[in-house]
Amino acid sequence: MQIPILSQLHAQGIAPEILFWVGCSGSYDARAQKVSRSFAEILNIAGISFAILGNEEKCTGDPARRAGNEFMFQMLATQNIETLNMYGVKKIVCTCPHCFNTLKNEYPELGGNYEVMHHSQFLQELLRDGKIKIQTEKEAVSYHDSCYLGRVNDIYEAPRSTIEALQVEIKEMKRSRKNGLCCGAGGAQMFKEEENGDKRINIERIDEILANNTSKVVANCPFCITMLQDGIKARDQQDKIMVYDLSELILERIV
Amino acid sequence: MIPILIFCIISFFVFRTGFNRFSRIYKNIQLGKAEDLSGSVGLRWKNMLLFALGQKKMFERPIVGIFHFFIYAAFLLTQIELLEIIFDGISGKHRIFANSLKPFYGILLNVIEILSLLAFIATLIFLYRRNIAKILRFQNPELKGWPSLDANLILLGEILLIIGIFTMNSADGQLQILDPLHYPDTGKLFISNFITVNLSELPKDLLVFLERSGWWLHLMVIYFFIIYLPYSKHLHIFLAFPNSYFSDLTPRGQMSNIPEIENEVKIMMGLQGKTIENPSESFGAKDIHQLSWKTLLEAYSCTECGRCTSACPANITGKKLSPRKIVMDIRDRLEEVGKEIESNKSFNIQEDSRSLFDRISKEEIYACTSCNACVEACPVLINPLKPILELRRYDILMNSSGPSEWLPMFNSLENNQAVWTMSEPREAWIDKK
Repeated sequence: MQIPILSQLHAQGIAPEILFWVGCSGSYDARAQKVSRSFAEILNIAGISFAILGNEEKCTGDPARRAGNEFMFQMLATQNIETLNMYGVKKIVCTCPHCFNTLKNEYPELGGNYEVMHHSQFLQELLRDGKIKIQTEKEAVSYHDSCYLGRVNDIYEAPRSTIEALQVEIKEMKRSRKNGLCCGAGGAQMFKEEENGDKRINIERIDEILANNTSKVVANCPFCITMLQDGIKARDQQDKIMVYDLSELILERIV
Repeated sequence: MIPILIFCIISFFVFRTGFNRFSRIYKNIQLGKAEDLSGSVGLRWKNMLLFALGQKKMFERPIVGIFHFFIYAAFLLTQIELLEIIFDGISGKHRIFANSLKPFYGILLNVIEILSLLAFIATLIFLYRRNIAKILRFQNPELKGWPSLDANLILLGEILLIIGIFTMNSADGQLQILDPLHYPDTGKLFISNFITVNLSELPKDLLVFLERSGWWLHLMVIYFFIIYLPYSKHLHIFLAFPNSYFSDLTPRGQMSNIPEIENEVKIMMGLQGKTIENPSESFGAKDIHQLSWKTLLEAYSCTECGRCTSACPANITGKKLSPRKIVMDIRDRLEEVGKEIESNKSFNIQEDSRSLFDRISKEEIYACTSCNACVEACPVLINPLKPILELRRYDILMNSSGPSEWLPMFNSLENNQAVWTMSEPREAWIDKK
């Protein structure tokens, strides 16, 4: 696949329209890498001029900051802001709502001001503007709101209307939108074991998803995808339900 | 003359005690860290009208919301009657507003009676929910003992208050017939009239006694509330207003910055730092003086309804963390410090061996996923997540403590600027299948 690196474009004097912020998961986690490729492929099909930072991209610092390690957060944020400002980046699209939140809400105070979008918002625009064409196929899916896209940034409708634009029906769960239940990975929980309790959070969530009885659950966050897949494995339901990123649902239907 | 004297003496002591206790709360809130929450006056008023006066979030659970609204509306309107009771008490007159407010007086009394009846039903339902139906969010360990007694006391007080109103009004109704000169006409009161018709056989002395008993009961319950509220979770009836007015207007996903660390990092990397007056050497919070004054106001505004805890993914799955407990712990610690300061002028919180960490365990603060469900759930816009993250900050930055499983992540971030250490380049995903 052809994905330009920003430093190379910069050397040629080209300024791409958007920067695709891949994030640590999107770069290194096998499942999230697939999402990165799906989204990049859609961008290529739609003819969007974009680039990634590649090796110059650092963790945004979200897990460090939420773990309480402000020093680490500031180190990472300062490096990223230096890089982004050096290239004069204006618009960033993220596939991870944690990266999205930090870039959008926490970098401005430190001198990093960009237009930041989550890929569900960007995909909604591509569909609306007819930049990508899809063949519709009727089915029903469950939709899992991530905390950092939903409750934290109040984005509930962009992913929903994108799914509905594919003529896919969303079978809503009881805990959705602002009452959506966390997958258990936020606040740097992704990187540690849960405290003692009766149940893992991802199991609590996947039980609700399984009870919703759809063959697909659509998510918008690499951490959620990992947690939900682990939950499905723990309940041994791999042949009943699959976890999809929004971009993968679109790519399946793109013409 | 004697009743007037008794009334004035009691009133004086109640208002003096109430004033002292409320000023102590005000002083305690001042113990918090300065945070500038001025500006955006229009938006702040809007929040206060919407969330405190309008109880917007209460109606998200509509049935409970409506019953709560009955009690609240009855409480608000009854204050007009209380005002009359105070004027009557000082002047020795009876129903001083009856003639001046005519014909609205009768309408007003009827509205108060209808709301009081609805509030009475709501109170019984709330007692039932807490003590018999045992609704899940009223069963958490932090409510054992005083907090659930506190809740029941308030509800019982509410019932006494309503009994007082109806005793007074129904006896008064019969007295209006017997002695119209001293008991001004209120017009027909539809609810207490049901009781009045059963009182027609009673002698006048007994009716006067009943009317006075209802009047004093009403007054005494209100006076009890004035003294009791500063000790109770029920402060939310007042503090919901300043609390929603001063609610955080920055994006929910933006954690508060620590300019000292920002500066240190910038200088370390050869960039221009800012000048900071009186830089702090302690980051995060281990005690109340390191939390924003707003967080302390929130602790006093909490009515322990537990909507936060019932939405918390950690709590739902049986972890020890309960956002409500965090907020209650902050208030308890604040009260403890307030009392120390009162009894010992030389008390210095920085030298106190006790702190919030004696009440809040690490197991609790590290179980949080920062999902913001608690923040979303609070009807009076309390943010329980903020102090949790401040405690984490202190533990990580000042104690160099925290879950050991985070060390590989921190090391990786330090050495590879990614949450995992991988041998492949960051863009290797492009060419994978």
